[in-house]
Amino acid sequence: MATTTDRRTLLKGLAVASTAAVACSSPAAAAREKIEAPPEALGMLYDTTVCIGCKACVVACREANHLEPDTGAEGLWQKPEDLNAQTKNIIKLYHEGNRLSFMKAQCMQCVDPSCAAACMLKAFHKNEVTGVVEWDASLCVGCRYCQMACPFNIPKFEFNKALPKMVKCELCRHRVEGAALTDQDGFTRYPKGHGPACCEVCPRQAVIYGKREELLAEAKRRIAAEPGKYFEDRVYGEFDGGGTQVLYLSHVPFEKLGLPKLGTEGVPRTAYSIQEGLYKGFIAPVAAYAVLAGVMLRNRRANEPANGETKK
Amino acid sequence: MSAHASVHEPIHTPVGGQVFTRQFRWLLAVAGVGIAVLIWRLLFGLGSVTNLNNGYPWGIWIAFDVVVGTALGCGGYAVALLVYLLNKGEYHPLVRPAVLTSLLGYGLAIIAVAVDLGRYWDLWKVPIFFWQWSHSPQLEVAICVMLYNVVLLVELSPALWEKLQGSPNPRRAAFATKALRFVNKGGVWIIALGVLLPTMHQSSLGTMMLLAGPRLHPLWFTPWLPFLFIISCLILGYGIVVCEASFAARAFGRPRETAMLGRLANVAKWCALFFVAFRIGETAWAGELGLIASPLGFVFLAELAMHLAAAVMLMSPARRADPVWQVRAGIVLILAGVGFRLNTYLVAFNPGVNYRYFPAVPELLLSVGFVAAELAIYLWAVKTFPILGGRTAAATSR
Repeated sequence: MATTTDRRTLLKGLAVASTAAVACSSPAAAAREKIEAPPEALGMLYDTTVCIGCKACVVACREANHLEPDTGAEGLWQKPEDLNAQTKNIIKLYHEGNRLSFMKAQCMQCVDPSCAAACMLKAFHKNEVTGVVEWDASLCVGCRYCQMACPFNIPKFEFNKALPKMVKCELCRHRVEGAALTDQDGFTRYPKGHGPACCEVCPRQAVIYGKREELLAEAKRRIAAEPGKYFEDRVYGEFDGGGTQVLYLSHVPFEKLGLPKLGTEGVPRTAYSIQEGLYKGFIAPVAAYAVLAGVMLRNRRANEPANGETKK
Repeated sequence: MSAHASVHEPIHTPVGGQVFTRQFRWLLAVAGVGIAVLIWRLLFGLGSVTNLNNGYPWGIWIAFDVVVGTALGCGGYAVALLVYLLNKGEYHPLVRPAVLTSLLGYGLAIIAVAVDLGRYWDLWKVPIFFWQWSHSPQLEVAICVMLYNVVLLVELSPALWEKLQGSPNPRRAAFATKALRFVNKGGVWIIALGVLLPTMHQSSLGTMMLLAGPRLHPLWFTPWLPFLFIISCLILGYGIVVCEASFAARAFGRPRETAMLGRLANVAKWCALFFVAFRIGETAWAGELGLIASPLGFVFLAELAMHLAAAVMLMSPARRADPVWQVRAGIVLILAGVGFRLNTYLVAFNPGVNYRYFPAVPELLLSVGFVAAELAIYLWAVKTFPILGGRTAAATSR
């Protein structure tokens, strides 16, 4: 008798486990939605072949965003080694043999941002019109999951402050709002003092600002004009990681500049297809709860008659 | 369940005896050091006591206190699965102590999260501002763990009601009887939640690192990570139950449930074997076995070897029946599970160039303080409330 009940409980366990497995696996297989940039999405285009590494943009960014200088111990030095809680924009140098390139790093304003996918209360969220990934202090609990999730290692946290904030480029959104003008050449331009500080100050226009679609067209025009000049004859950010609103043209391999090899799928899609699949409408958890409670009730009823005598 | 609880001889009794022993005072002192670190952190920020940086935004306070801590708190889940879902009523005496360790693990994990949050003063908004909720797996973990703590409190509350039933105040005793009956009646619905919620948030702890995507080493980045985290929390759960039951039996002179723990260890063995087989099979399926020839590949192998070692230790029925081997295997199971989780959250995470992390001394002291606090509360609880099975040898002499 013992063996039959054992087998029955085992079968029951297997049934529950397989139901759970089906519930887990089917949403993962469901079609993953592709997220597109909003039509008016803003962005930047950086061209390594034009940049001379003057770092005027680093200083301009610091001033425009009221960031404290990143000084060394003697209080004189201002040379951050990487993006940090006082540096939203930085120029780096890649140097290998006789190959040399500058690299401008700041938030990529992803089309499908991982930081926003990680954020519990949407403190990080995409602006519906501009597509800029904005941070809302009042909704941030400082969990730093956004930092773990960002494939470009961009958001920075003020670890040395008792009342810290998240710090990252927001495309100077405090300056640009409602200042757009359409120029004669069809490009959207911004009057002095209203564009992102880094683009405004660049003496060579190595980094330019505008609508993502216009920038993408411009980048492709440059590639078409001089085939073979740019790495892989393509724009980084058109599709990489689901697309970014900051675009790159480079004469050296993108990975050498710290731009990771990402698929064309949005980085959060794997996690989200599982999470959304399991919790959409909260149907799966409720169903699982009903099954669990049902099995347990049956187990209890099955046990009760046997113990009934000792009970009273 | 109610049927078991109403047998004439109470199956759980308090250990009794002095609470403020020397060991207890030591534990309080260590916990006190942790509290000092905590106050320092609140005054001067995370950077003042931790080695966290912008490459390693999460350190041991998350990877150990929360990700490992909640899994060590899965004893209650692992045993409840057997007792209530697979109808293995024989393990029933293990439930209550397991639920106590779960409550301690999960309760302190919540405090650990609150301490680690940079902007903790806004934490209250997370469960309230439902219109702002995203599909973040971390949100699922947060809400689910909060709820699970409530469920664990209810699951453990019979220990309190049973104690109050002996109160000299008749009103209080009557209330306790009513409350006990209420909890026992609703038992199934609460216990079902107690199984559902850990399934949800332990899998979400795996989903969480999927969002780190390209920054997680491919040997750990697999869409099956949520599933692996469930298996891993069962392994850790059984490991901790075996160790805790053995420790309690020895320290408090309780009858040792060697045979029962042997059968539990057998379940743990199969979980560990399954974990190893699945992990290797999945890696091969993904065509990533070649990655084993790398430094992190070695870590991957070490992680699996630990699981395998525990399973091998439990392979022979003679060893499974031996209390010493049970504890040895229990410890290896725990180390293996801890290894997998720390690897996923810290070792296999790519922080970018120029970032290094090893926990600072005060950072470690806070984590140690949490463990000391857990042990102190455990000692106080089992001495005061009817939680452990059977009777202490001295008290049985009638």
